[in-house]
Amino acid sequence: MAADSGGLTTAAAVRVRNLHRSFNKDGGVLNGLDLDIAPGEFVALIGRSGTGKSTLLRALAGLDRDVAGHGRIEVPASVSVVFQDSRLLPWKRILDNVIFGLRGADAADRGRQALAEVGLAGRERAWPYQLSGGEQQRAALARSLVREPQLLLADEPFGALDALTRIRMHALLRKLCEAHRPAVLLVTHDVDEAIVLADRVILLDAGVVDTDVRVELTSRSRSDAGFAGLRTLLLDRLGVAADAG
Amino acid sequence: MTTTLHTPPVSTSGDKADARVVRRRLGPGRRIRFAFWIGPALALALWAVGSASGVIKPAILSAPWDVVIAFEDQWVNHDLLGNILSSLERSLIGLSIGVVTGAVLAVFSGLSRAGESLIDGPIQIKRSVPTLALIPLFIAWFGIGHEMKIITIALISMVPIYIHTHNGLRGIDGRYAELAETIGISRGEFVRHVVLPGALPGFLLGMRFAVTSSLLGLVVVEQYNAVAGIGHMITLAEQYGQTDVIVVGLVIYGVFGYCADSAVRLIARRVLSWRQTLEG
Ligand SMILES: Nc1ncnc2c1ncn2[C@@H]1O[C@H](COP(=O)(O)OP(=O)(O)OP(=O)(O)O)[C@@H](O)[C@H]1O
Ligand SMILES: [Mg+2]
Repeated sequence: MAADSGGLTTAAAVRVRNLHRSFNKDGGVLNGLDLDIAPGEFVALIGRSGTGKSTLLRALAGLDRDVAGHGRIEVPASVSVVFQDSRLLPWKRILDNVIFGLRGADAADRGRQALAEVGLAGRERAWPYQLSGGEQQRAALARSLVREPQLLLADEPFGALDALTRIRMHALLRKLCEAHRPAVLLVTHDVDEAIVLADRVILLDAGVVDTDVRVELTSRSRSDAGFAGLRTLLLDRLGVAADAG
Repeated sequence: MTTTLHTPPVSTSGDKADARVVRRRLGPGRRIRFAFWIGPALALALWAVGSASGVIKPAILSAPWDVVIAFEDQWVNHDLLGNILSSLERSLIGLSIGVVTGAVLAVFSGLSRAGESLIDGPIQIKRSVPTLALIPLFIAWFGIGHEMKIITIALISMVPIYIHTHNGLRGIDGRYAELAETIGISRGEFVRHVVLPGALPGFLLGMRFAVTSSLLGLVVVEQYNAVAGIGHMITLAEQYGQTDVIVVGLVIYGVFGYCADSAVRLIARRVLSWRQTLEG
């Protein structure tokens, strides 16, 4: 069911060694974090609020140039980020948002295809404000996938969505990731979401990886016995009584 | 397990009954047709009524029909069309130069700290010196001809473009810049796809100020040694005490300004259709 996978050393997509990041002098947010993600591996990152999940993600995305710290980060050449807000440029139509910055004569065709994959065929010419929250988030997903990244970083991409849309998005994300096989680091505060989606769940605490478990379930349904066990373990590590969650 | 299915009420009659709960609207609401013209038409009507009833004395303001007669006289006997064209040409050239420099300077100073420290200060200083007070200096530098007039108009219209474009640019949500960084585009692409569209609302507001400023500059520069132009016509009329001709000039300025402003607003509505604002 859950196995420890401490030292993964084969050709990694992401390799982080001894990462430190701090916003003030009193204490670091990340304190010597080590992390490996294999190519094509789907990793969910959970942890209490304020433990530095976003800080780690931004470090991997190269968006933390003003934050103090040191350490070694290796990431693939093509990295794509899905933010919590869809971050579609309001002045570009959906298709233009999806292919924003994409080169090549077939960019528009690839964009259309990516939109169809996330179920937004026919909405190419809509303005972002005309899309529902879930549709905007799907368009953002299409924008990331059309770049065929080797690493997909997502910071609570479904945080603002309702439960039903989230379930649909989970299925979609799994399907897309199986088709395109990027390495994925998905930040979430939802333990169930982490187990449903990921091959591996890591739990951040005190600026280091506290728990690192592999999800090996026969089925990803919540009724699976292994699911409940894993859920209890993770909630326990988060300091929450499982039955309260 | 019991399941209750609620069948929706089937509407049997084919009528289009539409009962809805509607909130009181707090925004300005739907657009009215010809809204642009209602205010000015009303002002014109008031002017006509005032003159006809004798409330507005001809010595104070010529009646609209006298202005029309004076217009015709100027058109036929004094080459009014030539005056209008030469004024339009001046303000258009000056305005174009001003708009382009203002926008380019705003982008440079908006995107680079070095550019900001070089450009922003001098423009703020220039802003506090009224351009019209600079005219005597410009006459000394550029002579009293065409050049001085164009430069004055360009300077006058550059300032609002710079201020509003710069302000609009700096107001762009930083998260869009972050997105652009993760997508890995060049600086040129960033300017084209993020900075310019993001600063466009500001630029267009600056444009509204700039068109009227350019007309303002026109009035003043054409008092200096012009041989043609609306300002020239007004200056002559002033010397001969022809109030109706002066009003012809004023009306033409007003119409210019109003049409130009309406055009900018119309363009703004088109190109900013991606926004969902009270403008509607
Ligand atoms: N720009 C910043 N300036 C100062 N402190 C910051 C900044 N960004 C984050 N922090 C601090 O760093 C710590 C970690 O923040 P981070 O956003 O990484 O948490 P998180 O794990 O993503 O939390 P959440 O689940 O609530 O999103 C927090 O204590 C936060 O206050
Ligand atoms: Mg966060």
